[in-house]
Amino acid sequence: MRELALNILDIVMNSVEAGASRIIVAIDERASANRLCVRIRDNGRGMNEEMVQRVLDPFVTTRTTRSVGMGLSMLRQIARQCGGDLTIRSQPGRGTLVTTMFQLDSLNRPPIGDMAESIVNLILGSLDVHFFYAHKTDAGSFTFDSFWLFGRMAERNCQIVEMTSPAKKYIKEKLKSIASKAIGSA
Amino acid sequence: MKTLADLRAVKEKAKQEMAMREQSAKYRISVAMGTCGIAAGARNVMSAILDEISKRGIQDAAVSQTGCLGCCDQEPLVQVTGADNNTITYSKVSPETARQIIADHVQAGRVVSEHVFNMG
Repeated sequence: MRELALNILDIVMNSVEAGASRIIVAIDERASANRLCVRIRDNGRGMNEEMVQRVLDPFVTTRTTRSVGMGLSMLRQIARQCGGDLTIRSQPGRGTLVTTMFQLDSLNRPPIGDMAESIVNLILGSLDVHFFYAHKTDAGSFTFDSFWLFGRMAERNCQIVEMTSPAKKYIKEKLKSIASKAIGSA
Repeated sequence: MKTLADLRAVKEKAKQEMAMREQSAKYRISVAMGTCGIAAGARNVMSAILDEISKRGIQDAAVSQTGCLGCCDQEPLVQVTGADNNTITYSKVSPETARQIIADHVQAGRVVSEHVFNMG
């Protein structure tokens, strides 16, 4: 995967498959602290301690479970190559929090990539999940709630798919307005 | 400015509409969005499908995403289920093929046979 937005999409799909009804994606991009932090929190079925250990092992998990596989270990490897790490906190019945840290200026760090594509496609493909996306940089912050799409859809009295490109455009513009000036940023 | 309660109501209404649409949808389109699918380009396939449905103003199609279907080497996989519950699986779908599936299969009812994958 060439952009973190694809890894994020992948990890969020675990949350969707874990039956989450609410998913929060929070990106904190701080050039001042040379740090990029991605948090994905869901209220899905969660995992016990043993399972948390297993999902990070690519060779144990791929064949034993369908809900989780290579994705997490792959992202952890990328994070570690960038002077960061990936940690999982989970509680059965409560949900899961996946936190991934990167050194922002690491040469190994893939670009964040197209978050608008990942987020809007996730919303359109799982309409019964409430998504919340927050993106912070040194220049400002932006939040997007899947309610936005439903609200606009009602206003325009249109089909939900017709909201795809306005929503992507809106997110792209907002992200541009808070874009970090750091070298190698998305 | 809408209140949270307004938005909830709007969302509920939208959800009901969506559920109705889902039930009455002539075609259900499902994009495999596991790690393997995403790595093979499923996100752009999904974008192409949403865009094409929107452009063509197709009313009777419902789109969703699923996890890995177990044929990772054939990704990106797209499944189209008709009203008769018959499912056609397309493999190695590019964004261009995805647009063709929407135009030919979903809109005109002609299966795009050269991209059909037999899951066995």
